[in-house]
Amino acid sequence: MIPAAFDYVAPNTVDEALAALAQSGDDAKVLGGGQSLLPVLRMRLNAPEKVVDLSRIESLRGISEDADALVIGAMTTHHEVANSELVRTHAAVLAEAASTVADPQIRHRGTLGGALVHADPAGDLGAPILALDAELVVVGPGGERRIPAGEFFVDLFQTAVGDDELLTAIRIPKHTGWGGAYEKFVRVSHQWSIVAVAAVVDSSGDRRSAKVGLTNMGSTPLRAPATEAALAEGASVAEAAARAAEGTNPPSDLNGDSEYRAHLATVLTRRALERAMGG
Amino acid sequence: MTVNPEVVEHLIEDSVDVDTSDDLGGREVGRARVRKEDYRLITGRTKWTDNIQLPGMLHLAMVRSPYAHARITSIDVSAAKTSSGVVAVLTGADVADEQGSLPTAWPIVPDQKAPPHPAIAVDHVAFAGEIVAVVAARSAAEARDAAELVDVDYEELPPVLDLKEAEKDTVLAHPDLGTNKSAFWQFDSAAAGTGGSVDEAIEAARRDGIVIEREYRQQRLIPAFMEPRSTVVDPTGEQFVMWSATQVPHILRLMLALTLGVPESKVRVIAPDVGGGFGGKLQVTPEEVITFLVARRVGKPCKWTETRSESLLSAHHGRDQWQRLTLAATKEGRVTALKVDLLADMGAYLGLVTPGVPILGAFMFNAIYKFPAYQFNCTNLFTNKTWTDAYRGAGRPEATYAIERLMDELAVEVGVDPLEIREMNWIKHEEFPFTSVCGLEYDSGNYEAATARAKELFGYDALRAEQKQRREAGDSVLLGIGVSTFTEMCGLAPSRVLGSLSYGAGGWETASIRMLPTGKVEVVTGTSPHGQGHETAWSQIVADRLGVPFEDVEVLHGDTQVSARGLDTYGSRSLVVGGEAVLLAADKVVEKAKPIAAHLLEANVDDVHFEKGHFRVKGTDHGISIGEVSLAVFSSHNLPDGVEPSLDADATFDPINFSFPHGTHLCAVEVDTETGKTSIRSYVSVDDIGNIVNPLIVEGQMHGGIVQGVAQALWEEAVYDDQGTLVSGSFVDYTLPTAADTISFVTDNTVSPSTTNTLGTKGVGEAGCIASTPAVVNAVVDAVRHLGIDDIRMPCTPERVWKAIQSAGAHAGEATEQAQEHFAPGEPNQDTTTAPATGDQS
Amino acid sequence: MTKISVKVDGALYSDDVEPRTLLVHYLRERLGKVGTVVGCDTSNCGACTVHVDGRSVKSCNMLAVQADGHEVTTIEGLATNGELHPMQKAFSECHALQCGYCTPGMIMQAIDLVSENPNASEAEIREGMEGNLCRCTGYHNIVKAVQQGAAATAQAASTTGGQS
Ligand SMILES: Cc1cc2nc3c(=O)[nH]c(=O)nc-3n(C[C@H](O)[C@H](O)[C@H](O)COP(=O)(O)OP(=O)(O)OC[C@H]3O[C@@H](n4cnc5c(N)ncnc54)[C@H](O)[C@@H]3O)c2cc1C
Ligand code: FES
Ligand code: FES
Repeated sequence: MIPAAFDYVAPNTVDEALAALAQSGDDAKVLGGGQSLLPVLRMRLNAPEKVVDLSRIESLRGISEDADALVIGAMTTHHEVANSELVRTHAAVLAEAASTVADPQIRHRGTLGGALVHADPAGDLGAPILALDAELVVVGPGGERRIPAGEFFVDLFQTAVGDDELLTAIRIPKHTGWGGAYEKFVRVSHQWSIVAVAAVVDSSGDRRSAKVGLTNMGSTPLRAPATEAALAEGASVAEAAARAAEGTNPPSDLNGDSEYRAHLATVLTRRALERAMGG
Repeated sequence: MTVNPEVVEHLIEDSVDVDTSDDLGGREVGRARVRKEDYRLITGRTKWTDNIQLPGMLHLAMVRSPYAHARITSIDVSAAKTSSGVVAVLTGADVADEQGSLPTAWPIVPDQKAPPHPAIAVDHVAFAGEIVAVVAARSAAEARDAAELVDVDYEELPPVLDLKEAEKDTVLAHPDLGTNKSAFWQFDSAAAGTGGSVDEAIEAARRDGIVIEREYRQQRLIPAFMEPRSTVVDPTGEQFVMWSATQVPHILRLMLALTLGVPESKVRVIAPDVGGGFGGKLQVTPEEVITFLVARRVGKPCKWTETRSESLLSAHHGRDQWQRLTLAATKEGRVTALKVDLLADMGAYLGLVTPGVPILGAFMFNAIYKFPAYQFNCTNLFTNKTWTDAYRGAGRPEATYAIERLMDELAVEVGVDPLEIREMNWIKHEEFPFTSVCGLEYDSGNYEAATARAKELFGYDALRAEQKQRREAGDSVLLGIGVSTFTEMCGLAPSRVLGSLSYGAGGWETASIRMLPTGKVEVVTGTSPHGQGHETAWSQIVADRLGVPFEDVEVLHGDTQVSARGLDTYGSRSLVVGGEAVLLAADKVVEKAKPIAAHLLEANVDDVHFEKGHFRVKGTDHGISIGEVSLAVFSSHNLPDGVEPSLDADATFDPINFSFPHGTHLCAVEVDTETGKTSIRSYVSVDDIGNIVNPLIVEGQMHGGIVQGVAQALWEEAVYDDQGTLVSGSFVDYTLPTAADTISFVTDNTVSPSTTNTLGTKGVGEAGCIASTPAVVNAVVDAVRHLGIDDIRMPCTPERVWKAIQSAGAHAGEATEQAQEHFAPGEPNQDTTTAPATGDQS
Repeated sequence: MTKISVKVDGALYSDDVEPRTLLVHYLRERLGKVGTVVGCDTSNCGACTVHVDGRSVKSCNMLAVQADGHEVTTIEGLATNGELHPMQKAFSECHALQCGYCTPGMIMQAIDLVSENPNASEAEIREGMEGNLCRCTGYHNIVKAVQQGAAATAQAASTTGGQS
């Protein structure tokens, strides 16, 4: 469990970090909280020549408001996200999802940005980000761009962030007063989600406003468009939830085959919606 | 050397000053003593093997086969040899003439077949994870770096992974062996003269009674002790010194000598603090042999410490059986016969006691019941998977599971409560000692008392009422109640019995007691604790026997130079056998001290008696403490003529019989029928383990055992894919439960003292793990039985439970046919990811 | 090699380390802080838990270079002036350890849990310990110890004027 050797730099600014990345091309790896990267390096599934540690870059941390948006620095830890009053107020489902990630120790170091760029389909933060219609702020040699959450996740462990780019912040349109629920299903508590569902419903509890994100129902986190459309058209929660797995391609593994996952998605969607509506 | 007696006197505490304020009357045995071991463990001053650093020490990394079955065509170590920090790279060919073959101590039949088991494979690998080369380098990181550079060419061979396939002998795990069958072993009560003929009884029941036929799967498990295995060998000096995270330092030393041809006297083995074992460290491992060989070759100390993935892959696994069962009973539910046909997976090789594990279960299928006829047939088979061997309970959990599941099925068939069917068949307390259909004499027990107490603590009747009400209300979360009334045989083992089973060693245990001049006591034990608290429990025993303060007793163990003889710790034997040896040694010390005390007291020996640490002259208050006698012996200035100046004593105890703890475990589960997820709601265990030395330790053993058993029922399984790669190869996929998955238990005891040892103790190390698995699965099945489900394969994952409910729904009305499906030919039985690894209903 | 300065259990260390060195290996092999142990290679078991700047982390999932300029507390730094931390005492008194291999990590995590939630319920304690595996105890007595340790910590804090 010892990584292969690498060089290490810990820049103080985003620009320095970008320069370090530009220098090494795809032989460099960004280190956020390290909670996914270090296991990968220890198992020697990857052996970068250089590791660029973002932990000294103050501007990447913290949670603030910018008019109608909540802005969360990429290096903000899961623990901070889960316990932030701002996040609880304006993006409750994200706080709840962050509190279910791994365990307390991992949440003390793992970051929202790192989790999103890592893009594990079983990761818990993609689904709420999708349900909340967040924007991802990415900087690179060509400057800054904002990527809608729906375009951020490309494939298994693959996002729109280039090797020479950094995710700097997550901008979430304030969902003040919205109900939110994250229903995570695991066999034993320290597991990654077998399936999980994030649901948000506006403050009046009107199910037609519902937005639903799915965890581990395909190679990326997904929205549940059939469910959302059915609700918008006035279907009951149970009817709409029964359509949660439509268009998904869930994996089969030790914890369950795709048929079982498809079923779980419907049950968890119903439960998440009911809870988000205050039921 | 001069001794100032006053100084020493001052060090001798007055041993009558023991607290007598409670109902133990000052006795230590029975007291919930906080453990002596704890201080070093809670402050981080523990001596784990991996802590050891020696001058010039090298670090080893193993190169392992990624293939389950292959021929090694070539190995290129040139790049590894020139890698930074590397001192040596060895392959099987390099050590072929010195490595011998790893030992098996238990040939269960004279013609048992086994392949040679080299520590480093030479030209053939038989499971994924088998070692093909070893690198020694100056740092662990450099060793790992170089191991990646060893280039091995393999010619893949077809693996046999499935037990039922293995039985057909079409694909061979070891082509040179010509068969996958290692041994066939039978017990038949008619042949043994201990009971009737099973076939006749089954025939009779088919005509006019009940016959229940089932097939159960004991999935493969991984012991998963928390401290990864680690071994250090120092080849400098006159003896080779090996530190190892082992349960069996004494056996390891002997086996190293036998395997490598090194004189036993030139090897010293030390088991320092050891972080759990559960049978998983009851082994002589390739890695220990390799570390020894490399250290001997390079002349420098070497250390190997495994990673967790390596551990899950290559430390031996447990269980892995198919059990085909036929139970015959009268219409009223009185069992008339039980027939057991087992297929047992040895994995790729035979370990230390691999072939004997199913045999340890052979005597337990009849459990607490009075069966008139019994037959046990076991076929041991090789597959291309990690070798199996003892895992907590070893054979007995498998047997207990089968019979306790079957008794529930019988209860359903007869239409009575599961506890009622058990009571109808169990041995009544007034019938002890009772000779079972296997010919074992059960020493003592009271199943009625334990069951009554458990029912009361559990609120059995109220839960049954709630269960009914939930079903009627159509609740999506159903309640299930599971029962397990188990017994086991502990205290391995009477040497004669072991001999009759062809085991390679005896079952005695030894202890020495050394009285120090200051009155302190050193106890040397041949047991080798790794979490069980022997330092505390043995101190309690000795404190009582010698009348010295608990704190004055120091227990030494786990170093063959200190504890020269012993048979180590496994099979719930330590207290029952080793504790008895400690007690006998203490009594010998008193016997030795008595004439000396009489001499010092100027009294006749017959007038001196020993009580609470003091020798007293009858009818006077004239006395002397055992510590004072010890000091007198040390100075030896004034001893009676012909008396040896020593108060030390050795004792070895060979049990005359096993002990038979038992208990009633009751479990309530909630099954969410929408997701299939099972949660444990409450759990009560009432165990009869005879007299209790330390209630705190006993409770801890129960809790830990219960959770390991629950984990088999609900969570754990070693899964291979159809290439023979271990899929559950890390803690991400081998899902151990956490605190958040378990609950607080209610544990209690009834006491029927054992009649086979002085303390009247029975052994508790494996009880929880043996009892809880069937209790939980019975509860899960009970929750959904009304839907037409009579079995769910372990572990009862949410997916399996949900699928069982789905297919029961699809077959609504055909529920009674379900039982037949267990014998459907060609049913997938390999727990692979590609085969549908779901419940039997799928 | 990278130069780091780390305060560990109250003492300041300056060392050159290979960047790939994990914090747990630095603690064990360079500083001899062998009280902190390794139980897995996937950061699931929690045996290696230490505090960095007062919060629990898994020291197998952190590089030593990342600890540069920070303060680390291990199980060996808990006792003050020979007086055990209340959580250490609670673990022993409640028999919350058998082999003791998980214990350093359990105690470190329990202290973190209690500092964040001094009145944790049994359910909260169980959830809060989910990153620490124990194979021996079945967790029953660990949960009990955390409850007892929490109460004792609160009491110690009130008698020493609010320090925890
Ligand atoms: C035992 C265990 C259990 C876990 N369980 C869960 C779980 O249940 N649910 C869950 O969601 N997650 C889980 N995780 C993963 C956890 O959420 C990680 O914290 C997260 O995935 C990674 O965040 P990090 O900051 O640690 O990123 P790192 O590990 O540092 O990086 C992850 C990846 O993102 C890249 N990266 C990091 N930050 C940036 C950035 N700002 N810009 C560009 N690239 C960046 C890295 O190069 C790397 O490729 C678990 C992890 C472990 C070890
Ligand atoms: S060793 Fe760090 S979590 Fe297991
Ligand atoms: S006490 Fe042994 S692992 Fe917890």
